[in-house]
Amino acid sequence: MSNGTPAAEGADREIVAFRIADQEYGIDIMTVREIRGWTAATPLPQAPSYVRGVINLRGAVLPVVDLGTRFGMPPREESSRSVIIVVQAGTQLVGLIVDAVADILSISHDHLQPTPQVASEAAQAFVESVAAVDERMIQLIRLQEVFGHDAAQAA
Amino acid sequence: MRKTVLAIDDSRTMRDMLRVALTAEGFDVQLAEDGIDGLEKLRHVQPAVVITDINMPRLDGFGVIDGVRSDERFRRTPVLVLTTESAAELKQRAKAAGATGWIVKPFERTKLVSVLNRLVA
Amino acid sequence: MDPMEEIRQTFFIECEELLENLESGLLAMNEGEADEETVNSVFRAVHSIKGGAGAFALENLVAFAHKFETTLDEVRAGRLEPSAEVMNVFLRSADVLSDLVTAAQEGADTPSEAADGLIGELLALIGAEPEPAGKAEGGDVAFSPMPLALGDADDAPDFAPQPLDLPDLGAAAPAGHAVHFRPHPRLYELGSEPVLLIRALSDLGEVSARAETGAVPRLDAFDWEKTYLSLDLRMEGAPGAEAIEEVFEFVDGECDLKIEDADDPSGGPSGGDPLPPGPPPADESPPPASPPPAEPAPLPPTASQAAPAEPAGQKKPAPGAGARSTVRVDLDRVDRLVNLIGELVISQAAIAQCVENPDAQAGAHSSNALEEFKQLTREIQDSVMAIRTQPVKPLFQRMQRIVREAAAATGKSVRLKTEGETTEVDKTVIERLADPLTHMIRNAVDHGLEGPGKRLEAGKDEEGTVCLNAAHQSGRVVIEISDDGAGINRERVRAIAVDKGLIHENAPLSDAEIDNLLFAPGFSTAKEVSNLSGRGVGMDVVKRAIQALGGRISIASQPGRGTTFSISLPLTLAVLDGMVVTVEGHTVVVPLTAIVETLKPLPEQIHRVGGESPVIAIRDSFIPIVDLGVRFGYRSPVRDLDQHVILLIETEETSRAALIVDRIVDQRQVVIKSLEENYGHVPGVAAATILGNGQIALILDTDDLVARTAPAPAIAAVA
Repeated sequence: MSNGTPAAEGADREIVAFRIADQEYGIDIMTVREIRGWTAATPLPQAPSYVRGVINLRGAVLPVVDLGTRFGMPPREESSRSVIIVVQAGTQLVGLIVDAVADILSISHDHLQPTPQVASEAAQAFVESVAAVDERMIQLIRLQEVFGHDAAQAA
Repeated sequence: MRKTVLAIDDSRTMRDMLRVALTAEGFDVQLAEDGIDGLEKLRHVQPAVVITDINMPRLDGFGVIDGVRSDERFRRTPVLVLTTESAAELKQRAKAAGATGWIVKPFERTKLVSVLNRLVA
Repeated sequence: MDPMEEIRQTFFIECEELLENLESGLLAMNEGEADEETVNSVFRAVHSIKGGAGAFALENLVAFAHKFETTLDEVRAGRLEPSAEVMNVFLRSADVLSDLVTAAQEGADTPSEAADGLIGELLALIGAEPEPAGKAEGGDVAFSPMPLALGDADDAPDFAPQPLDLPDLGAAAPAGHAVHFRPHPRLYELGSEPVLLIRALSDLGEVSARAETGAVPRLDAFDWEKTYLSLDLRMEGAPGAEAIEEVFEFVDGECDLKIEDADDPSGGPSGGDPLPPGPPPADESPPPASPPPAEPAPLPPTASQAAPAEPAGQKKPAPGAGARSTVRVDLDRVDRLVNLIGELVISQAAIAQCVENPDAQAGAHSSNALEEFKQLTREIQDSVMAIRTQPVKPLFQRMQRIVREAAAATGKSVRLKTEGETTEVDKTVIERLADPLTHMIRNAVDHGLEGPGKRLEAGKDEEGTVCLNAAHQSGRVVIEISDDGAGINRERVRAIAVDKGLIHENAPLSDAEIDNLLFAPGFSTAKEVSNLSGRGVGMDVVKRAIQALGGRISIASQPGRGTTFSISLPLTLAVLDGMVVTVEGHTVVVPLTAIVETLKPLPEQIHRVGGESPVIAIRDSFIPIVDLGVRFGYRSPVRDLDQHVILLIETEETSRAALIVDRIVDQRQVVIKSLEENYGHVPGVAAATILGNGQIALILDTDDLVARTAPAPAIAAVA
């Protein structure tokens, strides 16, 4: 690495890795507020299909988003084994429904690669980059893309 | 050792300003919101300097000066009155009543500090 | 937060309190009920606003407050009689002061014509000439606002150090100064200390000092209360004489002090030469009380002077930015809450014990403990709600001003009587009530009250009366605005309504129905809007604002006797009276204020217009049916409507709709939770609440729901 490289580039990023269907995704740990078990959501009228509704997060109303549906996967049965990752997106708290949380990883910037062209267009919009860790491919998600627009539209 | 300043003013804004400015300069600042409150705190706080507003409910600044000067322990404790320049005649009245000096509102922090440094070691 | 920004916010909160004190003090003075302390508190309020404003360089606010204060001071000193004329100027000045504070808070501390005009009137009261614009009068020069630490160059007024009566030392600055200083006993008595003064001098430049000890007595003759010493100091370098003078600022009068150019022939100490004796020693003076060095010795400068001014903090906030909403809470209420929480902890321990150590009586014990726990929870809920409530007094006080202005604009003489000012309402309700109330008060003065001539003809007092009452009534707050005017001119109202096409020419309407036409959208238009109560706002807008607060408004009028508007409001916005219903397995809450009645429809009541859109016939009107399950996407349209329950709801637009739900579960209070915070607005949904089982239920926005359903409100299907 040259001296001119900003320090941040080589620095490790801590990522929460999770699974949806057979894919692995990751989000920056700094955006994660908590991880909690599945709770049935109260559906919201006229909401986009991937917004499953709202749940009670210790007295606050938390919208939950089915990431799989958001990424264009076919809707699946809700499972009590699902997990909700509560993330901070801008000023709002949002719950992401995922199949399971895999682990927390430190990823060096050197291991990040641009999203491969083979990915679908939808995936490319939400995936900021791809990290190769051992044999795994972890797609890092651009949180703002996931609900930035729609939340704004809904508001 | 940190010097204690007892600041007496019925305006919360002014109290806050004195607290912020003096704390930043390393003083221990104790606040009181009128003359009675101020004299009550005087005994506990044992201030190195007393700063008091003049026009306050319950007991005004002149009452504070009397109270400070009539207590043997604080007979020589510097007392500064808060005044506006437009109330210039108050300075002389305050001194006649036993005040050491005055602070003109609105005050500059550097000026406030240099005034205090002339009064406390 | 930046400490200065925090203080700025404190200042504006304090201003609000001070303005309230000012207004109530002035009103008391106006009624001739003011004692000395009231007058003092009025003066203090203006004085404190000026003081704080000065610190934030709010020049216009300072300038106005200063003139106001000066004139008030004349009254305080008994030199100016608080006549009706004087009080009138004061009351209007309080209004302007309040406007200036608001403007300053929004970042617009700009000159105003109203302020300039009143400054003229204030000065006229004390026989002073209004100064030409831009020039301060002699005595005021020095009170130039000075920012404490905002450091915003654009805001900072030019601040020149106050010139002293000293020769200008300008270009030919001397190499130093000689200072002769002899403290008097009084200097010590007032708490000054010469050593510290000399140290302060040494911060300005190198100082050498020589003590004149000739006056010091023998030890047995020593009086600790006296001063025996005089000092001759030599300042090197060229600090301004003003700077030296400033060090001795507080002791002027308690010492002999002479400051001269070092080169002056009459000179001070030069080099280490012995000094000529100072002024002839007074007979009581000899040896040194406090011992400064008797030999010339440079004093080390102290570092404290070097403290730099606070760096430029954040810029003046954008208009309206950063104003946090705060609540003033009585300490008693906080204490009560703290006590309750303490009891809650004990209660929790009792329950825990029942659970952990089950014995024969555990059942009885735990149900007792639970009962207590429930009771405490209720009390805590009440206490927390109480924290949000505030007395309506400040709101009512603001109306005094509205009445004054409206009276002045219409040339009527009006008196506002207020009652129940200590009645407490949710802070948000108070805030949102200000506009509708203002409008209604203006209306009462403008339209409600007759002119003075007509009043006299009718045998009434020339001065009209508007009453503003607040009271608690069965869990709600009722606010009444009444006038003793001529009452509603029903002929005219009816004519206008016919003219506007709101009613049929021959529609048989009761008096109450005619009165209620005032609330009909479109009744009030620009045509009969006078410039006073006007702004194109009608009572329909008022009604909508009240309904948005979960309130209702009604009207009662007696010809020749006056009109009364009654507003009934919930105590708090955090809680809502709701009807809990289920639709297709989902639980939904409908605000009780919207529901007119609930009914089980009979098959013959239901009709389908054009085959599809169902309507229900209730007492000769056809009301559109809205199936909540369909609207919320829970199901497709059902045919067996008569198997469901209908909630007849009335919307703000006074149109009605029949809401189809499956079952009514309960009617109770629910705590309102925002959906906007983490998500956004959902059409037809006002908010959410959390049910006992932890699930979230949506609270309907009935107006929104109906507005989106029925484009054509069913006004009069008069059969």
